[in-house]
Amino acid sequence: MAEEAPLICKDIYKQFGELEVLKGISLETCKGDVVSLIGSSGSGKSTFLRCINLLETPTSGEVIVHGDPIKFTTNRKGVRIPADNKQVELIRAKLSMVFQSFNLWSHMTVLENIIEAPIHVLKVPRKEAVERAEAYLERVGIYERKDYYPAQMSGGQQQRAAIARALAMEPEVMLFDEPTSALDPELVGEVLRVMQSLAEEGRTMIVVTHEMAFARDVSNKVLFLHQGMIEEQGPPDKVFDNPESERMKQFLAPNF
Amino acid sequence: MLDLKGYGPALMEGAVVTIELAFLSLALALALGLLGATSKLSHNRFLRMTATTYTTLIRGVPDLVMMLLFYYGGQLAVNNLSDLIYERFGVDWFFQFNPFIAGVLTIGLIFGAYMTETFRGAFLAVDSGQIEAARAYGFTRWHTFRRVMIPQMMRHALPGIGNNWQVLLKTTALVSIIGLTDMVRVAEQAAKAERSPFLFFIPVALVYLALTAGSELFIKWLDKRANAGVVKGD
Repeated sequence: MAEEAPLICKDIYKQFGELEVLKGISLETCKGDVVSLIGSSGSGKSTFLRCINLLETPTSGEVIVHGDPIKFTTNRKGVRIPADNKQVELIRAKLSMVFQSFNLWSHMTVLENIIEAPIHVLKVPRKEAVERAEAYLERVGIYERKDYYPAQMSGGQQQRAAIARALAMEPEVMLFDEPTSALDPELVGEVLRVMQSLAEEGRTMIVVTHEMAFARDVSNKVLFLHQGMIEEQGPPDKVFDNPESERMKQFLAPNF
Repeated sequence: MLDLKGYGPALMEGAVVTIELAFLSLALALALGLLGATSKLSHNRFLRMTATTYTTLIRGVPDLVMMLLFYYGGQLAVNNLSDLIYERFGVDWFFQFNPFIAGVLTIGLIFGAYMTETFRGAFLAVDSGQIEAARAYGFTRWHTFRRVMIPQMMRHALPGIGNNWQVLLKTTALVSIIGLTDMVRVAEQAAKAERSPFLFFIPVALVYLALTAGSELFIKWLDKRANAGVVKGD
Protein backbone atom coordinates (compact mmCIF):
# COMPACT_ATOMS: atom_id res chain seq x y z
CA MET A 1 0.00 0.00 0.00
CA ALA A 2 1.13 3.52 -0.69
CA GLU A 3 2.09 5.82 2.14
CA GLU A 4 -0.77 6.78 4.46
CA ALA A 5 -2.52 9.99 3.42
CA PRO A 6 -1.58 12.76 5.83
CA LEU A 7 -5.11 14.13 5.89
CA ILE A 8 -8.50 13.03 4.61
CA CYS A 9 -11.72 14.94 5.17
CA LYS A 10 -14.97 13.25 4.23
CA ASP A 11 -18.18 15.09 3.66
CA ILE A 12 -17.73 17.85 6.26
CA TYR A 13 -20.87 19.75 7.24
CA LYS A 14 -20.89 22.64 9.67
CA GLN A 15 -23.88 24.45 10.98
CA PHE A 16 -23.92 27.50 13.27
CA GLY A 17 -27.45 27.58 14.59
CA GLU A 18 -29.68 27.92 11.55
CA LEU A 19 -26.82 28.87 9.28
CA GLU A 20 -25.27 26.07 7.27
CA VAL A 21 -21.71 27.17 6.53
CA LEU A 22 -20.28 23.97 5.07
CA LYS A 23 -22.35 21.63 2.97
CA GLY A 24 -20.34 18.54 2.39
CA ILE A 25 -16.69 19.25 1.74
CA SER A 26 -14.28 16.43 1.08
CA LEU A 27 -10.55 16.62 0.63
CA GLU A 28 -7.89 14.00 0.21
CA THR A 29 -4.21 14.84 0.40
CA CYS A 30 -1.01 13.07 -0.46
CA LYS A 31 2.30 13.78 1.20
CA GLY A 32 3.80 16.95 -0.23
CA ASP A 33 0.51 18.34 -1.49
CA VAL A 34 0.01 22.07 -1.36
CA VAL A 35 -3.71 22.73 -1.41
CA SER A 36 -5.06 26.24 -1.84
CA LEU A 37 -8.56 27.02 -0.64
CA ILE A 38 -9.93 30.04 -2.43
CA GLY A 39 -13.29 31.74 -2.58
CA SER A 40 -14.96 34.95 -1.54
CA SER A 41 -15.50 35.95 2.09
CA GLY A 42 -18.18 33.85 3.72
CA SER A 43 -17.65 30.93 1.37
CA GLY A 44 -16.64 28.74 4.31
CA LYS A 45 -12.97 28.25 3.53
CA SER A 46 -11.68 29.38 6.94
CA THR A 47 -14.39 27.42 8.72
CA PHE A 48 -13.36 24.31 6.81
CA LEU A 49 -9.73 24.82 7.85
CA ARG A 50 -10.81 25.25 11.46
CA CYS A 51 -12.82 22.04 11.27
CA ILE A 52 -9.67 20.15 10.34
CA ASN A 53 -7.95 20.81 13.68
CA LEU A 54 -11.21 20.83 15.60
CA LEU A 55 -11.19 24.51 16.51
CA GLU A 56 -14.71 24.05 15.20
CA THR A 57 -16.41 20.69 15.54
CA PRO A 58 -17.94 19.58 12.25
CA THR A 59 -21.67 18.92 12.53
CA SER A 60 -21.08 15.77 10.53
CA GLY A 61 -18.33 14.22 8.47
CA GLU A 62 -15.00 12.60 9.16
CA VAL A 63 -11.49 13.90 9.67
CA ILE A 64 -8.72 11.32 9.36
CA VAL A 65 -5.19 12.37 10.21
CA HIS A 66 -2.54 9.92 9.06
CA GLY A 67 -4.94 7.00 9.21
CA ASP A 68 -6.33 8.02 12.60
CA PRO A 69 -10.01 8.99 12.41
CA ILE A 70 -11.11 11.55 14.99
CA LYS A 71 -13.71 10.06 17.31
CA PHE A 72 -16.89 12.01 18.00
CA THR A 73 -19.73 11.66 20.42
CA THR A 74 -22.81 13.72 21.29
CA ASN A 75 -23.23 15.57 24.56
CA ARG A 76 -26.38 15.79 26.68
CA LYS A 77 -27.77 18.57 24.55
CA GLY A 78 -27.34 16.45 21.45
CA VAL A 79 -24.43 18.51 20.12
CA ARG A 80 -21.61 16.65 18.44
CA ILE A 81 -18.32 16.97 20.30
CA PRO A 82 -14.94 15.22 20.10
CA ALA A 83 -15.07 12.03 22.14
CA ASP A 84 -11.51 12.05 23.38
CA ASN A 85 -9.74 15.28 24.29
CA LYS A 86 -6.41 13.48 24.52
CA GLN A 87 -6.79 12.33 20.90
CA VAL A 88 -7.68 15.85 19.80
CA GLU A 89 -4.59 17.25 21.51
CA LEU A 90 -2.41 14.61 19.86
CA ILE A 91 -3.89 15.34 16.47
CA ARG A 92 -3.56 19.08 16.85
CA ALA A 93 0.10 18.60 17.62
CA LYS A 94 0.43 17.03 14.15
CA LEU A 95 -1.43 19.84 12.38
CA SER A 96 0.18 23.11 13.23
CA MET A 97 -1.68 26.23 12.32
CA VAL A 98 -0.60 29.67 11.14
CA PHE A 99 -3.22 32.34 11.84
CA GLN A 100 -4.24 35.46 9.99
CA SER A 101 -3.43 37.64 13.00
CA PHE A 102 -0.30 35.60 13.93
CA ASN A 103 -1.52 34.89 17.49
CA LEU A 104 2.00 34.65 18.85
CA TRP A 105 1.79 34.59 22.63
CA SER A 106 2.46 38.20 23.43
CA HIS A 107 4.00 37.65 26.87
CA MET A 108 6.71 35.36 25.52
CA THR A 109 9.74 36.16 23.41
CA VAL A 110 9.93 34.73 19.90
CA LEU A 111 12.15 31.88 21.07
CA GLU A 112 9.85 31.08 24.00
CA ASN A 113 6.90 31.05 21.62
CA ILE A 114 8.60 28.47 19.47
CA ILE A 115 9.81 26.09 22.18
CA GLU A 116 6.63 26.18 24.27
CA ALA A 117 4.61 23.54 22.44
CA PRO A 118 7.53 21.22 21.57
CA ILE A 119 8.59 21.13 25.24
CA HIS A 120 5.17 20.87 26.86
CA VAL A 121 3.14 19.05 24.23
CA LEU A 122 5.69 16.90 22.40
CA LYS A 123 7.94 16.52 25.49
CA VAL A 124 11.10 17.38 23.58
CA PRO A 125 14.02 18.09 25.96
CA ARG A 126 14.55 21.82 26.37
CA LYS A 127 18.03 21.91 24.89
CA GLU A 128 16.92 20.10 21.77
CA ALA A 129 13.83 22.31 21.46
CA VAL A 130 15.98 25.44 21.60
CA GLU A 131 18.36 24.09 18.95
CA ARG A 132 15.44 23.17 16.75
CA ALA A 133 13.82 26.58 17.26
CA GLU A 134 17.02 28.39 16.37
CA ALA A 135 17.40 26.36 13.22
CA TYR A 136 13.86 27.20 12.10
CA LEU A 137 14.32 30.88 12.97
CA GLU A 138 17.40 30.83 10.76
CA ARG A 139 15.29 29.12 8.13
CA VAL A 140 12.63 31.89 8.09
CA GLY A 141 15.30 34.56 8.30
CA ILE A 142 14.69 36.14 11.70
CA TYR A 143 17.26 34.41 13.91
CA GLU A 144 18.57 37.77 15.14
CA ARG A 145 15.10 38.60 16.50
CA LYS A 146 14.81 35.53 18.70
CA ASP A 147 14.79 37.47 21.98
CA TYR A 148 12.30 40.09 20.83
CA TYR A 149 8.73 40.15 21.95
CA PRO A 150 6.15 39.84 19.16
CA ALA A 151 4.94 43.43 19.58
CA GLN A 152 8.45 44.67 18.87
CA MET A 153 8.49 43.24 15.34
CA SER A 154 6.81 44.03 12.04
CA GLY A 155 3.82 42.01 10.90
CA GLY A 156 5.90 40.14 8.35
CA GLN A 157 8.46 39.18 10.97
CA GLN A 158 5.73 38.10 13.35
CA GLN A 159 4.17 35.91 10.71
CA ARG A 160 7.54 34.36 9.90
CA ALA A 161 8.03 33.70 13.63
CA ALA A 162 4.59 32.07 13.66
CA ILE A 163 5.65 29.88 10.74
CA ALA A 164 8.79 28.89 12.67
CA ARG A 165 6.54 28.02 15.61
CA ALA A 166 4.48 25.80 13.31
CA LEU A 167 7.59 24.17 11.82
CA ALA A 168 9.04 23.39 15.24
CA MET A 169 6.21 20.92 15.78
CA GLU A 170 7.52 19.02 12.71
CA PRO A 171 3.89 18.63 11.73
CA GLU A 172 2.24 16.18 9.40
CA VAL A 173 0.29 18.99 7.75
CA MET A 174 0.58 22.77 8.06
CA LEU A 175 -2.63 24.78 8.06
CA PHE A 176 -2.45 28.41 6.95
CA ASP A 177 -5.47 30.64 7.61
CA GLU A 178 -5.10 33.67 5.33
CA PRO A 179 -1.51 34.16 6.45
CA THR A 180 -0.94 37.37 4.52
CA SER A 181 -4.32 39.07 4.86
CA ALA A 182 -3.37 41.14 7.91
CA LEU A 183 -0.07 42.32 6.43
CA ASP A 184 0.87 45.60 4.80
CA PRO A 185 1.27 45.01 1.07
CA GLU A 186 5.04 45.47 1.15
CA LEU A 187 5.38 42.71 3.77
CA VAL A 188 3.34 40.08 1.96
CA GLY A 189 6.24 39.00 -0.23
CA GLU A 190 8.57 37.96 2.57
CA VAL A 191 5.93 35.63 4.01
CA LEU A 192 4.93 34.15 0.65
CA ARG A 193 8.58 33.46 -0.19
CA VAL A 194 9.00 31.49 3.04
CA MET A 195 5.82 29.54 2.26
CA GLN A 196 6.98 28.84 -1.27
CA SER A 197 10.28 27.45 0.00
CA LEU A 198 8.36 25.20 2.40
CA ALA A 199 6.29 23.90 -0.48
CA GLU A 200 9.44 23.18 -2.43
CA GLU A 201 10.77 21.20 0.54
CA GLY A 202 7.81 18.87 0.09
CA ARG A 203 5.79 19.83 3.13
CA THR A 204 2.08 19.13 3.09
CA MET A 205 0.24 22.43 3.34
CA ILE A 206 -3.35 23.59 3.26
CA VAL A 207 -3.58 27.29 2.62
CA VAL A 208 -6.64 29.50 2.79
CA THR A 209 -5.63 32.47 0.71
CA HIS A 210 -6.64 35.46 -1.35
CA GLU A 211 -3.24 35.47 -3.09
CA MET A 212 -4.18 34.10 -6.50
CA ALA A 213 -0.58 34.18 -7.71
CA PHE A 214 0.41 31.92 -4.82
CA ALA A 215 -2.49 29.55 -5.45
CA ARG A 216 -1.62 29.35 -9.12
CA ASP A 217 2.16 29.09 -8.91
CA VAL A 218 2.86 27.23 -5.68
CA SER A 219 -0.01 24.88 -5.02
CA ASN A 220 -0.68 21.68 -6.91
CA LYS A 221 -4.35 21.50 -5.97
CA VAL A 222 -6.91 24.27 -5.80
CA LEU A 223 -10.36 24.15 -4.21
CA PHE A 224 -12.76 26.94 -5.01
CA LEU A 225 -15.48 27.19 -2.38
CA HIS A 226 -18.78 28.93 -2.85
CA GLN A 227 -21.54 29.04 -0.25
CA GLY A 228 -20.14 26.09 1.63
CA MET A 229 -19.64 23.81 -1.34
CA ILE A 230 -16.75 22.97 -3.61
CA GLU A 231 -17.60 24.71 -6.83
CA GLU A 232 -14.46 23.86 -8.72
CA GLN A 233 -11.34 21.84 -7.96
CA GLY A 234 -8.27 20.48 -9.61
CA PRO A 235 -4.74 21.42 -10.55
CA PRO A 236 -4.21 25.20 -10.74
CA ASP A 237 -3.87 25.46 -14.51
CA LYS A 238 -7.22 23.76 -14.97
CA VAL A 239 -9.02 25.79 -12.29
CA PHE A 240 -7.55 29.10 -13.35
CA ASP A 241 -7.31 28.71 -17.10
CA ASN A 242 -10.25 26.47 -17.95
CA PRO A 243 -12.79 26.81 -15.16
CA GLU A 244 -16.03 24.98 -15.76
CA SER A 245 -18.16 26.81 -13.27
CA GLU A 246 -19.70 30.18 -13.97
CA ARG A 247 -18.91 31.33 -10.42
CA MET A 248 -15.23 30.60 -10.78
CA LYS A 249 -15.16 32.60 -13.99
CA GLN A 250 -16.83 35.51 -12.21
CA PHE A 251 -14.47 35.18 -9.26
CA LEU A 252 -11.47 35.48 -11.53
CA ALA A 253 -12.83 38.29 -13.67
CA PRO A 254 -11.42 41.67 -12.78
CA ASN A 255 -14.34 43.71 -11.53
CA PHE A 256 -13.71 47.41 -11.32
CA MET B 1 13.20 52.86 69.00
CA LEU B 2 10.40 55.35 69.67
CA ASP B 3 9.24 55.10 73.22
CA LEU B 4 5.90 56.94 73.00
CA LYS B 5 5.41 57.07 76.78
CA GLY B 6 6.17 53.38 77.05
CA TYR B 7 3.62 52.33 74.44
CA GLY B 8 6.19 52.02 71.63
CA PRO B 9 6.77 48.24 71.85
CA ALA B 10 3.04 47.51 72.14
CA LEU B 11 2.36 49.66 69.10
CA MET B 12 5.07 47.80 67.19
CA GLU B 13 3.51 44.49 68.08
CA GLY B 14 0.16 45.86 66.99
CA ALA B 15 1.67 46.89 63.66
CA VAL B 16 2.96 43.34 63.15
CA VAL B 17 -0.56 42.00 63.83
CA THR B 18 -1.96 44.46 61.30
CA ILE B 19 0.54 43.32 58.65
CA GLU B 20 -0.07 39.62 59.31
CA LEU B 21 -3.79 40.17 59.16
CA ALA B 22 -3.50 42.07 55.90
CA PHE B 23 -1.30 39.49 54.16
CA LEU B 24 -3.31 36.47 55.24
CA SER B 25 -6.53 38.17 54.18
CA LEU B 26 -4.94 39.07 50.85
CA ALA B 27 -3.95 35.46 50.24
CA LEU B 28 -7.49 34.31 50.97
CA ALA B 29 -8.99 37.09 48.86
CA LEU B 30 -6.78 36.25 45.87
CA ALA B 31 -7.62 32.56 46.11
CA LEU B 32 -11.35 33.26 46.40
CA GLY B 33 -11.13 35.83 43.61
CA LEU B 34 -9.55 33.35 41.18
CA LEU B 35 -12.04 30.70 42.16
CA GLY B 36 -14.95 33.14 41.90
CA ALA B 37 -13.89 34.50 38.53
CA THR B 38 -13.36 31.06 36.98
CA SER B 39 -16.73 29.99 38.37
CA LYS B 40 -18.46 33.04 36.95
CA LEU B 41 -16.94 32.32 33.55
CA SER B 42 -17.57 28.57 33.67
CA HIS B 43 -20.12 26.70 31.60
CA ASN B 44 -21.55 25.15 34.72
CA ARG B 45 -24.71 26.94 35.77
CA PHE B 46 -24.45 25.89 39.40
CA LEU B 47 -20.95 27.37 39.73
CA ARG B 48 -22.01 30.57 38.00
CA MET B 49 -24.98 30.99 40.31
CA THR B 50 -22.98 30.28 43.45
CA ALA B 51 -20.34 32.84 42.49
CA THR B 52 -22.92 35.46 41.59
CA THR B 53 -24.75 34.97 44.89
CA TYR B 54 -21.44 35.29 46.70
CA THR B 55 -20.42 38.58 45.09
CA THR B 56 -23.88 40.10 45.30
CA LEU B 57 -24.29 39.20 48.93
CA ILE B 58 -20.84 40.28 50.06
CA ARG B 59 -20.68 43.50 48.14
CA GLY B 60 -24.08 44.55 49.40
CA VAL B 61 -23.45 44.21 53.14
CA PRO B 62 -21.31 46.69 55.14
CA ASP B 63 -17.89 45.36 56.16
CA LEU B 64 -18.50 46.08 59.82
CA VAL B 65 -21.83 44.26 59.92
CA MET B 66 -20.24 41.27 58.26
CA MET B 67 -17.39 41.24 60.72
CA LEU B 68 -19.69 41.34 63.76
CA LEU B 69 -21.80 38.63 62.18
CA PHE B 70 -18.78 36.43 61.64
CA TYR B 71 -17.24 36.96 65.03
CA TYR B 72 -20.35 36.42 67.12
CA GLY B 73 -22.35 34.32 64.69
CA GLY B 74 -19.32 32.25 63.68
CA GLN B 75 -18.61 31.09 67.19
CA LEU B 76 -22.24 30.22 67.71
CA ALA B 77 -22.27 28.17 64.52
CA VAL B 78 -19.10 26.35 65.53
CA ASN B 79 -20.52 25.60 68.97
CA ASN B 80 -23.69 24.13 67.50
CA LEU B 81 -21.71 22.11 64.97
CA SER B 82 -19.46 20.87 67.72
CA ASP B 83 -22.43 19.68 69.79
CA LEU B 84 -23.94 18.00 66.78
CA ILE B 85 -20.72 16.15 65.94
CA TYR B 86 -20.34 15.00 69.52
CA GLU B 87 -23.91 13.73 69.67
CA ARG B 88 -23.84 11.95 66.33
CA PHE B 89 -20.32 10.60 66.11
CA GLY B 90 -18.98 10.94 69.64
CA VAL B 91 -16.05 12.92 68.30
CA ASP B 92 -14.91 15.73 70.54
CA TRP B 93 -14.06 18.53 68.19
CA PHE B 94 -13.99 22.18 69.03
CA PHE B 95 -12.74 25.32 67.43
CA GLN B 96 -12.27 28.61 69.22
CA PHE B 97 -12.92 31.64 67.08
CA ASN B 98 -10.69 34.53 67.94
CA PRO B 99 -10.75 38.08 66.58
CA PHE B 100 -7.75 37.38 64.37
CA ILE B 101 -9.32 34.41 62.62
CA ALA B 102 -12.65 36.19 62.33
CA GLY B 103 -10.80 39.16 60.85
CA VAL B 104 -8.92 37.13 58.26
CA LEU B 105 -12.07 35.25 57.24
CA THR B 106 -14.22 38.35 56.96
CA ILE B 107 -11.70 40.54 55.15
CA GLY B 108 -10.70 37.65 52.93
CA LEU B 109 -14.32 36.94 52.02
CA ILE B 110 -15.15 40.59 51.40
CA PHE B 111 -12.18 41.28 49.20
CA GLY B 112 -12.49 37.90 47.54
CA ALA B 113 -15.72 39.27 46.08
CA TYR B 114 -14.01 42.39 44.77
CA MET B 115 -11.11 40.33 43.43
CA THR B 116 -13.63 38.08 41.68
CA GLU B 117 -14.83 41.06 39.66
CA THR B 118 -11.27 42.24 39.01
CA PHE B 119 -10.19 38.81 37.76
CA ARG B 120 -13.36 38.27 35.76
CA GLY B 121 -12.84 41.48 33.82
CA ALA B 122 -9.17 40.63 33.32
CA PHE B 123 -9.92 37.14 31.98
CA LEU B 124 -12.42 38.60 29.54
CA ALA B 125 -9.83 41.09 28.33
CA VAL B 126 -7.45 38.35 27.14
CA ASP B 127 -7.45 38.24 23.34
CA SER B 128 -9.25 35.10 22.18
CA GLY B 129 -6.62 34.50 19.49
CA GLN B 130 -4.04 33.85 22.20
CA ILE B 131 -6.17 31.06 23.64
CA GLU B 132 -7.04 29.70 20.22
CA ALA B 133 -3.35 29.42 19.37
CA ALA B 134 -2.80 27.42 22.55
CA ARG B 135 -5.64 25.06 21.67
CA ALA B 136 -4.45 24.72 18.10
CA TYR B 137 -1.03 23.57 19.34
CA GLY B 138 -2.45 20.77 21.43
CA PHE B 139 -2.24 22.39 24.88
CA THR B 140 -4.39 20.83 27.56
CA ARG B 141 -6.94 23.11 29.19
CA TRP B 142 -4.87 23.33 32.35
CA HIS B 143 -1.71 24.19 30.41
CA THR B 144 -3.58 26.88 28.47
CA PHE B 145 -4.85 28.31 31.74
CA ARG B 146 -1.48 28.28 33.46
CA ARG B 147 0.82 29.36 30.65
CA VAL B 148 -1.37 31.68 28.58
CA MET B 149 -4.50 32.81 30.45
CA ILE B 150 -2.92 33.60 33.83
CA PRO B 151 0.08 35.63 32.62
CA GLN B 152 -1.99 37.58 30.14
CA MET B 153 -4.87 38.11 32.53
CA MET B 154 -2.44 39.48 35.13
CA ARG B 155 -1.65 42.47 32.94
CA HIS B 156 -5.24 43.56 33.14
CA ALA B 157 -5.77 42.52 36.75
CA LEU B 158 -2.77 44.10 38.47
CA PRO B 159 -4.06 47.69 38.66
CA GLY B 160 -7.30 46.43 40.19
CA ILE B 161 -5.47 44.10 42.58
CA GLY B 162 -3.31 47.01 43.73
CA ASN B 163 -6.36 49.11 44.36
CA ASN B 164 -8.14 46.36 46.28
CA TRP B 165 -5.03 45.71 48.33
CA GLN B 166 -4.83 49.31 49.49
CA VAL B 167 -8.44 49.33 50.58
CA LEU B 168 -7.98 45.92 52.22
CA LEU B 169 -5.00 47.16 54.20
CA LYS B 170 -7.02 50.03 55.60
CA THR B 171 -10.02 47.82 56.31
CA THR B 172 -7.90 45.83 58.79
CA ALA B 173 -8.36 48.78 61.18
CA LEU B 174 -11.97 47.65 61.62
CA VAL B 175 -10.86 44.46 63.34
CA SER B 176 -9.92 46.47 66.43
CA ILE B 177 -13.64 46.83 67.01
CA ILE B 178 -14.07 43.11 67.70
CA GLY B 179 -11.17 43.27 70.10
CA LEU B 180 -8.09 42.37 68.07
CA THR B 181 -5.02 44.03 69.53
CA ASP B 182 -3.78 45.54 66.31
CA MET B 183 -1.99 48.85 66.21
CA VAL B 184 -5.22 50.85 65.99
CA ARG B 185 -6.55 49.32 69.21
CA VAL B 186 -3.27 49.89 71.04
CA ALA B 187 -3.24 53.49 69.89
CA GLU B 188 -6.84 54.00 70.90
CA GLN B 189 -6.23 52.71 74.43
CA ALA B 190 -3.01 54.68 74.79
CA ALA B 191 -4.62 57.86 73.49
CA LYS B 192 -7.45 57.51 75.99
CA ALA B 193 -5.17 56.80 78.92
CA GLU B 194 -2.69 59.53 78.12
CA ARG B 195 -5.21 62.01 76.73
CA SER B 196 -2.96 62.71 73.77
CA PRO B 197 -4.62 61.50 70.56
CA PHE B 198 -2.13 63.13 68.22
CA LEU B 199 0.87 61.44 69.79
CA PHE B 200 -0.58 57.99 69.07
CA PHE B 201 -2.81 58.30 66.06
CA ILE B 202 -0.35 60.20 63.89
CA PRO B 203 2.30 57.45 64.05
CA VAL B 204 -0.42 54.90 63.24
CA ALA B 205 -1.48 56.95 60.23
CA LEU B 206 2.15 57.16 59.13
CA VAL B 207 2.59 53.39 59.35
CA TYR B 208 -0.47 52.87 57.11
CA LEU B 209 0.85 55.49 54.74
CA ALA B 210 4.27 53.84 54.61
CA LEU B 211 2.68 50.45 53.92
CA THR B 212 0.46 51.72 51.12
CA ALA B 213 3.23 53.80 49.56
CA GLY B 214 5.58 50.82 49.71
CA SER B 215 3.05 48.51 48.12
CA GLU B 216 2.42 51.01 45.37
CA LEU B 217 6.08 50.78 44.39
CA PHE B 218 5.95 46.99 44.54
CA ILE B 219 2.81 46.87 42.37
CA LYS B 220 4.46 49.15 39.86
CA TRP B 221 7.39 46.79 39.65
CA LEU B 222 5.08 43.77 39.22
CA ASP B 223 3.16 45.66 36.57
CA LYS B 224 6.32 46.29 34.61
CA ARG B 225 7.19 42.61 34.74
CA ALA B 226 3.73 41.47 33.73
CA ASN B 227 3.72 43.86 30.81
CA ALA B 228 6.95 42.59 29.29
CA GLY B 229 6.34 42.41 25.58
CA VAL B 230 3.70 45.11 25.51
CA VAL B 231 4.64 48.06 23.39
CA LYS B 232 3.15 51.30 24.70
CA GLY B 233 0.55 52.76 22.40
CA ASP B 234 0.09 49.44 20.68
